[in-house]
Amino acid sequence: MAPLLEVKDLCLDYGAVRALNSVSLSVEEDEIVAVLGANGAGKTSLLKAVSGLIHPTEGSIQFRGEDLSHIQAFSLAGRGIAHVPEGRRVFSTLSVQENLMLGKYGVRSSRKKADLDSLEERVYSLFPILKDRRRQLAGTLSGGEQQMLAIGRALVSSPVLLLLDEPSLGLAPIIVQEIFSLIKKIHEEEKIAILLVEQNARKALKAASRAYILELGKIVVSGDSADLAQDPRVQAAYLGTKAC
Amino acid sequence: MSTFFEQLVNGLTVGSFYALVALGYSMVYGVMKLINFAHGDLFALGAYLGYSLLTGATGKITASMGLWGGIGFTALLVALSVALAGVLVERIAYRPVYPSGRLSLVVSALGMAIFIQNAIMAIWGSRPQAFPASVVPSLRFSFFGIPVTLLQVTILGISFALMLIIWLIVEKSNFGAAVRASALDRETAILLGIDVRKVIFFVFALGPGLGGVAGLMNGLYYRAISFNMGWNYGLKAFTATILGGIGNIPGAMLGGLILGVVESLLAGYVSGAWKDVFVFILLIAILIFRPTGLLGEKTAEKV
Repeated sequence: MAPLLEVKDLCLDYGAVRALNSVSLSVEEDEIVAVLGANGAGKTSLLKAVSGLIHPTEGSIQFRGEDLSHIQAFSLAGRGIAHVPEGRRVFSTLSVQENLMLGKYGVRSSRKKADLDSLEERVYSLFPILKDRRRQLAGTLSGGEQQMLAIGRALVSSPVLLLLDEPSLGLAPIIVQEIFSLIKKIHEEEKIAILLVEQNARKALKAASRAYILELGKIVVSGDSADLAQDPRVQAAYLGTKAC
Repeated sequence: MSTFFEQLVNGLTVGSFYALVALGYSMVYGVMKLINFAHGDLFALGAYLGYSLLTGATGKITASMGLWGGIGFTALLVALSVALAGVLVERIAYRPVYPSGRLSLVVSALGMAIFIQNAIMAIWGSRPQAFPASVVPSLRFSFFGIPVTLLQVTILGISFALMLIIWLIVEKSNFGAAVRASALDRETAILLGIDVRKVIFFVFALGPGLGGVAGLMNGLYYRAISFNMGWNYGLKAFTATILGGIGNIPGAMLGGLILGVVESLLAGYVSGAWKDVFVFILLIAILIFRPTGLLGEKTAEKV
């Protein structure tokens, strides 16, 4: 069977600058896949290409066998891909509840919308703090709570593939820990495949079954997370010598 | 004291024109980060279309549909036509230059303002025109001792009903939440499946539609209209927008009403000739001391 998401020979240019150079990767239905790399390696561009915010110069992106590379980004939401952007990007002057409600906006059919109401309850049970604060403006939440809201907002559209862009960015270590255990929980309990982009290589390799390492727009290493965690090159470049 | 209440009612009437026009500035700015300089001239277009409908088809509309049905129908036709003009302005003057940045947009907006103003002059002439007298019967009555005219009650009724509807759409409906979300962060809105083109269509239809109705009511109220009236009203309504907090919908309504009342009280107690001076001193003062306006800062942003 074809993988859930298959990216083939993807090239992406910003003017004269090549951001992605012949990137190929795949995500199966029951996987968490991590993409690691330094700032500017092209991780965010890769996710934006998958969700249609930017159109690739060359290559193809197939989701459930359908070519996505020329589909309008807004019509992609509600088809099973949900993207949690870098920096959380919650709507700060909208309430928590309004933010969650907008997560369902892309789902067109009304019958399916009714099913999604139960998902909203599910999100509140995954993140009880959001329920307590549902009337509060999203901008008044702490960083960790905003990250939970951003993930919750993606979950209410009932995705089969979740794109997570740097969920640990700017959060305290204890909150990062919490976010990662929530990511695993979501993956296991909701049966959602996850494509995770991270700079925190240690945490990401622990959560993911497979990983790709992106350097200057090219995939330089890929394989099982456990093997990569043992790879001396990966250890030197991304994990540091000491555990943190 | 009676001067105070009279000027208060006058101020609310004028303020409701400012508020309706300010809504258009604010909604467009919120979503596009663009000051639609052509907006004041769309207001003038509304006044002229209303003038033509009420004089050209004199009596016909109000005779066949009754006074209130006729005014309602005229307002609806004006709103729809000016809304269409607003959408065309976006298509012709803004969308093509959008990728080339804000400075090009501003220049394009100013060009569009001059174009509409000159189009009005070419069609209706450069001399001021006058609305037919007493379309709304000039009844005067007393409301808790404050003298008000039937026309003022009509204008305030229509304006407040429109503002209530807009407030309900923008603040309470799902689509309204999508509009506010698009204004805050367009890219994330797209990720959630919001078709931002529809949102842009909505603000460029609704804003000018409201402005057109304000233009019609302004014509009914003052009777005299001129082809360049949009410039002054546009600036006043823009001041109201800044006063309330640009991009903020309730702020635009509040800013318009406050500006109208302040202006009328100044005219009543100080001097009518100086009121514009005060209004623009107020604009400069807000920009210096509180550039976010009255309702502009709703929350502390966390990064």
